[in-house]
Formats: sequence, C-alpha cells, structure tokens
Amino acid sequence: MTRAEMDGDFELDLSTYDALVEHARSDAPFEVCGLLATDDGSRVAVQYEIPNAARSMTYYNMDPKAMLRAFRDMDDREWELLAIYHSHTHTEAFPSKTDVELAFYPDAVYLIVSLQDPGAPVVRAFNIRDGKITERALTVDGEEASVGAR
Amino acid sequence: MAIDVRVPTVLRTHTDGEKKVSADGATLHEAIRDLGRRYPGLAERLLDADGSLHRYVNVYVNDEDVRFLGGAQTPLEDGDEVSILPAVAGG
Repeated sequence: MTRAEMDGDFELDLSTYDALVEHARSDAPFEVCGLLATDDGSRVAVQYEIPNAARSMTYYNMDPKAMLRAFRDMDDREWELLAIYHSHTHTEAFPSKTDVELAFYPDAVYLIVSLQDPGAPVVRAFNIRDGKITERALTVDGEEASVGAR
Repeated sequence: MAIDVRVPTVLRTHTDGEKKVSADGATLHEAIRDLGRRYPGLAERLLDADGSLHRYVNVYVNDEDVRFLGGAQTPLEDGDEVSILPAVAGG
C-alpha cells in the first residue's frame, strides 16, 4: 500500500461512507465522482453525485453543468465544499499522478474509493496541495476506517 | 458594459475575498483582461499565453459552458453573468 505523510483525521458518518461505496459500485468498471458539502465545517450536509463526463475506467472529469448546479446550490445555502470524491476501479485508494496534477481545490479533502478488491472496498482521505499529498486518517462514525494492511 | 462575474472560493484570494465582481468587455476575453487589470493574477488563472481559456477551467455565460459558445471569444452583453469553476478531474 502506498503511503503519504499523515496529517490529522477526517470524519465521515456511516451513511455517507456507504453512499460513496454504493455510488462507486453503481457504475463500475467506470470511475464515478462527486462532491460533499458541509453546513458546519465538518458534518456532511449533502452528497452531490456528478456524472463523469469522461466515462472512463482510468479518468474522471466532472460534467461541467452538473458541477455548476452543485456549486450554485452550495452558494445559495451558504454551504461549503468539504470533499471531492472519485473511485478507482482497478487501483488502490491513493492519488494517481493525474489526481495530483489536476488537484485545483487545495482546501478540499480528496476521498478515493477503491474497488480494486470488489468485496472489500477501501476509502482513504487526502489533501493535495502544491503537488504534495498528505493523508487524513479516515474515521467512520468515530471508528478508524479499514484501509487494508498498513 | 457591466458583466457580473461569480468568483469561486479558490480564486477569491485574487479578489480580496469578493464572491461577485463586475467586469467590462464585449467578449469574455476582454472581460477577463479587464478583471486582470484590477485583480492581479486572476487573468493568468483563466487564460493561456495565447489568449485561449485554460483547458481545466470551466467558464459559463448565463450558466452555459463557453466551450459550446465561442470559448474566450464568446460575445457578452450588458447584464450577462459569467461563472468560473476550476475543473474537478483526475485519474
């Protein structure tokens, strides 16, 4: 398993965690993507499933219009972007070179759902800033999430 | 010609935190250049050296993706609203 420097925790509730995995499975082997917004800085207020305009097994690019609607909704409700998620259907839950090159949201947490082992999905959380990856220890309802063998 | 421009959180460092700014221009390119004069660094975040829009920035005029309008040369009219969002993409 590829590692990065650890930098704090990231908390998700179980229903959001399950919804991310379910979304990832819904279009496998293609990558899915979406956004999580928060109303208090840490709690997930809503999950936006955004179509992957690339519909690819190795690449995602959020549909521009659907993405605009989600950001407009956040603005209208005075919510903030908390996290950007996408799936890796054949590789581990670690940012790829492309993920790092195209990380334009330094304040967001990047969540990656890996279905490399379809029976044991793995979700990991990262910050990607100025080309540098740091990992946030993911907790789900207060319990440390399984990331496979550390 | 007054164009409203909605600035995403990640670019508000260039606009002193303003969410909405006003620009002047008959085309998107002119409006971005106008913004760049008042908000240093902003135009470079949106335009390539040749004046076309960066591949990984979504720009919308009245909620339409300008890739399907005229790109940087999209004409603007008084009261149009321009929205900007860096792409969310990866592998």
